[in-house]
Amino acid sequence: MNFEFSEEQNLLRDQARGFLLDNCSTRVVRDVLEGDASYDAALWKKVAEMGWTATVIPEEYGGLGLSYLELVVIAEELGRAMAPIPFSSSVYLASEAVLAWGSEEQKLAWLPRLAAGEVIGTLAVSEGQGQASATSLNATVSGGALSGTKLPVIDGDIADLVIVAVKSDGGDGASLYLVDLTQDCIERTPVRTLDPSRSQARLDFNGANAELLGIEGRGWSQVQNLYDRAAVLFAWEQVGGSDAALEMAKDYAMGRFAFGRAIASYQAIKHKLAAMYVKNTLARSNCYYGAWALETNAPDLPLAAATARVAGIQAYYFASKENIQTHGGMGYTWEFDCHFHYRRAKLLSLNIGSEGTWQDKLVTALEHNNAA
Amino acid sequence: MDFNDTPQEAAFRAEAQAFLKDYYPTAEDFKGLNPIEQAQLWAKRKFDNGWSTLRWPKDYGGRDASPIEQVIFNQEEGKVSDLGDPFQIGQGMAGPTLMAWCKNKDYLERYLPKLSSGEEIWCQLFSEPAGGSDLAAMRTKAERDGDDWIINGQKIWTSGAHYSDFGILVTRSDPTVPKHKGLTYFFLDMKTPGIEIKPIKQISGTSNFNEVYFTDVRIPDSQRLGDVGQGWSVALTTLMNERAAIGGGGVSVGVKSVMQLAQKVNIDDKPAIEDKQVRAKLADWYVQEAGLKFTSYRTLTALSRGSTPGPENSIGKLVGAPKTQDMASFAMDLMEESGAIWDDELSELAGLFQGTFLAIPGLRIAGGTDEIMANIIAERVLGLPQEPRMDKGIPFNEVPTSAKG
Ligand SMILES: Cc1cc2nc3c(=O)[nH]c(=O)nc-3n(C[C@H](O)[C@H](O)[C@H](O)COP(=O)(O)OP(=O)(O)OC[C@H]3O[C@@H](n4cnc5c(N)ncnc54)[C@H](O)[C@@H]3O)c2cc1C
Repeated sequence: MNFEFSEEQNLLRDQARGFLLDNCSTRVVRDVLEGDASYDAALWKKVAEMGWTATVIPEEYGGLGLSYLELVVIAEELGRAMAPIPFSSSVYLASEAVLAWGSEEQKLAWLPRLAAGEVIGTLAVSEGQGQASATSLNATVSGGALSGTKLPVIDGDIADLVIVAVKSDGGDGASLYLVDLTQDCIERTPVRTLDPSRSQARLDFNGANAELLGIEGRGWSQVQNLYDRAAVLFAWEQVGGSDAALEMAKDYAMGRFAFGRAIASYQAIKHKLAAMYVKNTLARSNCYYGAWALETNAPDLPLAAATARVAGIQAYYFASKENIQTHGGMGYTWEFDCHFHYRRAKLLSLNIGSEGTWQDKLVTALEHNNAA
Repeated sequence: MDFNDTPQEAAFRAEAQAFLKDYYPTAEDFKGLNPIEQAQLWAKRKFDNGWSTLRWPKDYGGRDASPIEQVIFNQEEGKVSDLGDPFQIGQGMAGPTLMAWCKNKDYLERYLPKLSSGEEIWCQLFSEPAGGSDLAAMRTKAERDGDDWIINGQKIWTSGAHYSDFGILVTRSDPTVPKHKGLTYFFLDMKTPGIEIKPIKQISGTSNFNEVYFTDVRIPDSQRLGDVGQGWSVALTTLMNERAAIGGGGVSVGVKSVMQLAQKVNIDDKPAIEDKQVRAKLADWYVQEAGLKFTSYRTLTALSRGSTPGPENSIGKLVGAPKTQDMASFAMDLMEESGAIWDDELSELAGLFQGTFLAIPGLRIAGGTDEIMANIIAERVLGLPQEPRMDKGIPFNEVPTSAKG
């Protein structure tokens, strides 16, 4: 057994952190949050040039053919920097879906461009408020034409490719379809959200061309499998963000004085930061196990993923809100960066399903393991 | 003990209901008015009919009502009105401070009725960059000049300074004595020359608080409340009333709104309200809500028997604000991916949950942070010893203010 990253992977982390310090300061996040741009196109281009979008895609499809351990290292750093780019959508969701279920033709058509970052991909499941399920879907495909509405779709306004979950009459009730978003008959409307540093949209499909991805009537289990894999990667982003929030809180608490002492010397603050550290550490360790399960496609992946995901959600929510609290009035200002983490923590906890949904999956996975 | 109205209370409630029914402005009345003007329109109607600042003396625009009557009125008013309250500082804090400390009857007659009628709005100029939790560390300088004082310095986080007519202000008049001894309290006209107000944008994207800069601002000595150097005692009167006012908070994310949402959205293809985990959470939050409500009723009974609002009031905000934060967060979870949408039309209740999620961190800080509230309960209610203090008994200008000393 070996519970550590390799030397090369640690080197990659240092490089990634250095790169993002130079190219993705919180100023960059702020510009997207405050401005009209949906994402930082220049940063996206650089990230693609460094090959991050190609990490786990096999070489025959234009990728680097590296492991998920490299990808989680990058995910953590992107999470720490709150990078305002469609990385999770394009890499953890769209590329993964094509990799897992694409025909040879579909893989050849999309993976090289996804790997190169020329194409941005995303996944569309939700059709409005509440938990989506195989039976709640209304979007349909008939004769290769997709009709229906998806809301919200993360990065839906900028993506070129979307994997859409639609209703199916057979099997588990759903199918996945691959849709080229550059078609005219697709209407895209940006929607205002809690975290404008990542854009979202409503997509209306009126008979758009759609190709089956994977097996008709297996779409819901495909989505679940995709979510399990993505959950590990999202959790690494959350752990990166949680640690960044803890560091901000620590730095501020050391320099801020009240009643003649650094506020860091008060137990209320010390215990708060210690509680952040404890949550972050448990989440990180769960993420290690999740990364291993993802890389080895271990039977335990559903449990490992749900564990990492729930821990990641809880750690980041706590760290981001208590970082604001540690900053006092300053933390409540637009000018300070504390709110970026608070927004991003909530956004990441809603993408691919909420805490409650994952808690339920976690216990279901436990029951399954106990029965086996 | 009796949780029902006494016959007199029931009569008072009926009277209040009748007043509200006849006088609460219609949508037509409110048309074209901004939120402050709307609140002012309503305040004026209450004042004209003897229903404003109920607990104040009749002479100053009140009704000489009991605390219980005030609660009954608030309950009934809450059923018809969802207006903002720009008068919380003026009516809730500045007014009571003036009544307790201002010896000049002309001033009381000049200022209190206009506070009561909502015609004039007041703000609280206490916090400074170097003095928030440690409020007494404020540095804004007051220097005597004949019959006047000259004020120089900076306040921060002043809610509503940009639309206020008057302010209550605490200053440092002597930096060479221990910090609580060198403070002096004033009230002043916000249009006095030398005052500059700069809005601060909040994380929710709106700006309700401000930085306020003072450059050679002159205040007549007659506008001093309490003696020179007695400012801390006067400020405590204000703060006690602040805790009484803030307790509970007027936020509308609560068990009711989250339950409504849980009836609309599904978990496992069934209404979320049928989910056991959702029910358990709602139950826990209800226990807190009810506990706070009944605690405030008990405090009221104590008040109506003549005691003053004490440190026990800290419990309201300490419980209420983090609870509201978690509830807003949970409500968004119930909406799943759509929870991130923050849009008047697309979001449930016009974005109430998202808006509250971004506003509530402020309530955990304003008027005493969670940590300070817990300290107050520990030290002032339970009587636990204070932590060792580096700032007691030494001249203010020798207290450490940064790691460099
Ligand atoms: C929305 C809003 C509206 C406001 N409106 C007004 C207003 O109208 N007028 C006005 O005068 N002020 C106002 N304030 C200011 C408010 O009172 C202060 O922000 C608050 O008291 C905290 O002070 P601070 O911001 O300096 O934080 P700090 O005091 O620097 O606190 C930073 C952190 O240290 C902790 N801390 C400090 N001391 C201790 C201790 N002894 N033990 C443990 N922990 C400690 C705090 O809990 C906090 O987590 C407002 C603030 C907000 C957010």
